[in-house]
Amino acid sequence: MKPKRPKIKSIPYEEFKDNETFEKLVEELNQNGVNVIVRKLDDLLDWGRSNSLWPLTFATSCCGIEFMAVCAARYDIARFGFEVTRNSPRQADVILVNGTITHKMAPVLRRLYDQMADPKYVVAIGGCAIAGGPFTKSYHVVQGVDKIIPVDVYVPGCPPRPESFLYGMMQLQRKVKAENFFGTTNRKEKSPLSLKEIRKQEDEIVKNQEQA
Amino acid sequence: MEETIQNKPVKPQAEAAAAPAKPAVVPEAVPAENLVVSTLVEPEKLHGEMLRLKNEEGMDFLELITGEDWGEEGLGCVYNLWSTTTGKRAYIKAVAKDRENPFLPTVSDLWDIANIYEREVFDFYGIRFLGHPDMRRVFLREDWVGYPMRKDDKPEEQNDLRMNNFVYADKTTQYDCDADGQVHETEHIVFSPEDYVVNIGPQHPSTHGVLHFRVALEGERIKKIDPILGYIHRGIEKLNESYTYPQTLALTDRMDYLGAMQSRHALCMAIEKAAGIEVSERVQYVRTIMDELQRIDSHILFFSCLCQDMGATTAFLYGFRDRERVLDIFEETCGGRLILNYNMIGGLAHDIHPDFQKHVKAFIPYMRKNIKEYYDIFINNVIARNRLIGVGVLSKEDVISGGCTGPTGRASGWSNDVRKHAPYATYDKVEFSEVLRTEGDSYARLLNRMDEIEQSLHIIEQLVDNIPEGTYQTKTKPIIKLPEGTYYSAVEGSRGEFGVFVESKGDKSPYRMHYRSTGLPLVAIMDKACRDELIADMMAINGTLDYVVPDIDR
Repeated sequence: MKPKRPKIKSIPYEEFKDNETFEKLVEELNQNGVNVIVRKLDDLLDWGRSNSLWPLTFATSCCGIEFMAVCAARYDIARFGFEVTRNSPRQADVILVNGTITHKMAPVLRRLYDQMADPKYVVAIGGCAIAGGPFTKSYHVVQGVDKIIPVDVYVPGCPPRPESFLYGMMQLQRKVKAENFFGTTNRKEKSPLSLKEIRKQEDEIVKNQEQA
Repeated sequence: MEETIQNKPVKPQAEAAAAPAKPAVVPEAVPAENLVVSTLVEPEKLHGEMLRLKNEEGMDFLELITGEDWGEEGLGCVYNLWSTTTGKRAYIKAVAKDRENPFLPTVSDLWDIANIYEREVFDFYGIRFLGHPDMRRVFLREDWVGYPMRKDDKPEEQNDLRMNNFVYADKTTQYDCDADGQVHETEHIVFSPEDYVVNIGPQHPSTHGVLHFRVALEGERIKKIDPILGYIHRGIEKLNESYTYPQTLALTDRMDYLGAMQSRHALCMAIEKAAGIEVSERVQYVRTIMDELQRIDSHILFFSCLCQDMGATTAFLYGFRDRERVLDIFEETCGGRLILNYNMIGGLAHDIHPDFQKHVKAFIPYMRKNIKEYYDIFINNVIARNRLIGVGVLSKEDVISGGCTGPTGRASGWSNDVRKHAPYATYDKVEFSEVLRTEGDSYARLLNRMDEIEQSLHIIEQLVDNIPEGTYQTKTKPIIKLPEGTYYSAVEGSRGEFGVFVESKGDKSPYRMHYRSTGLPLVAIMDKACRDELIADMMAINGTLDYVVPDIDR
């Protein structure tokens, strides 16, 4: 059987801008065919998960204020089930990286990401989170969060308008709806830094300190 | 990108054509209005001279310390002093000639705010201050190599992205110089092993960004707060040194994003005055209105966030409802909601929208009506009153010594409004009162901001119908160069005095550009404001101080 097209309530499938990438992703996920029973279970799970993605309250700069505006009455993120912002990474499903990530912040962000429970998603919001934005030449800015954590959806803008914010969140919903949790292993965005590497780096520093 | 906008010929719009731009060149003999003439003081005499200025000439407010790298001449600082009694200003310059081991005497015993300013200079330039009790880095990681703002330092090459989590040292160093010129090191303890230390941040919803406080507790009372900054230090000042003047404008909006108009206004004003570019009356009127709208926007957001921090989610929604109305007005004219990119050197990016006046006039009664709801839902609420009245009290001496300008300072009875003391744009033409209170507690800070919304509405009301005709953009030279010298201009930002310090060597980009952050003194005073208060009140106190972290870290 063929996988069902994911249905997002507010936007018809054709109106999404990047359907090719999405179809490629679905194809990749279902290379070995789709199991009739398991997929039905997956659909149920995905439906629930995609409509109650809990974001982590994480904002470093300007985009964070827009995130607050999206949460407030006019744009009302609660229409799509994202309103339960969590202050602890242990309870969050998605981390919205709002704003510039600097060298000092990078290990903190990585730690927050590692603390989140699977399945977890990352949305890079705004130019700074995507590639350093207007500060890309700076000595203290990470050139995009995808250098340290795997990113699922990129939302461009400086800061993005609330509409594009919501559009990005719906792209994420689509992605969640295509995922398999039973039977097959899931394709995940590759982490740019493996945990092993980080541990190794940390060990080295501890060693150096001990020697000194 | 910014430059191309400047280079574009002015649109053949009726108004722009009607008043052809005058070639605005001031004869060189006339010094710029905002030129800084500083007195050079020998490092040995610096402390004595500063003490004399403070005690005898009443220079009780240390506005800014700017670290500088003058190449062969050495490293050094420029101190901006201001007298709250006479309104006089003084600029003192001190140079440390030895580039390897630069030392200057501290003034942190005279002004509280010097403590964090000197740490900032140490962080960026490596100047050690003799007698400073806490010589640690403030923005960069403690294991950072080099001093990035020095002209010969290459921070990218020496510092890779390090992903290890960092443990902050509990010890700090003091450097002292004895009579023979020998420098001693003394160790001080920030937190002893007996202290019960709680980390708040960097990932905390109520710190308004990424800010880290280490809080030592005695039971439930706060014993000491050590703020750790720099989680959003983006190196804007260093970037500015490689940008042309129009390019530097792009970054100011992103520092204090709730004072985008005002910060950019300050920078434009500094450059315009230094280069002798005259802006039209129309521009001055529009800038004033925009600044006041921005102030309203910022104070509404302050109210919303404070409510949210204290658990009143409904009040948060009320605030955002009204804020959207301000953003609509901005969006119509500027095209942006938060980052507005509106002020340009010599004028504005484009003229105001035809409906601008209509919508602003509709907004004034709307806001006056809605602000009453804020009192009903939150400000007069008994829980809010109990948690704010008498909590986090700052005396007038504290705020002056701590350099806390803006509504925070005015809540403690310190008259410091730049709009009144050094009027710019059209503030000398409008009638408004400076809101002053003497209680100095959290509640006074909240009420001050609410009253300022009403004052801002009053200012807008006087101006909106009288915007004069004229050009919205004075023609500037394709490449803007400032004559050699140092310039300082300040505006009243949403949360205090926002100043721009520019040193030019006559090139198309600044030699040094330093901002007087409005939030840095507010974070530095946290220790004093929270001392002996309950930990549960800490968030309410830091909510009413109202700082924006990217503005602190720059």
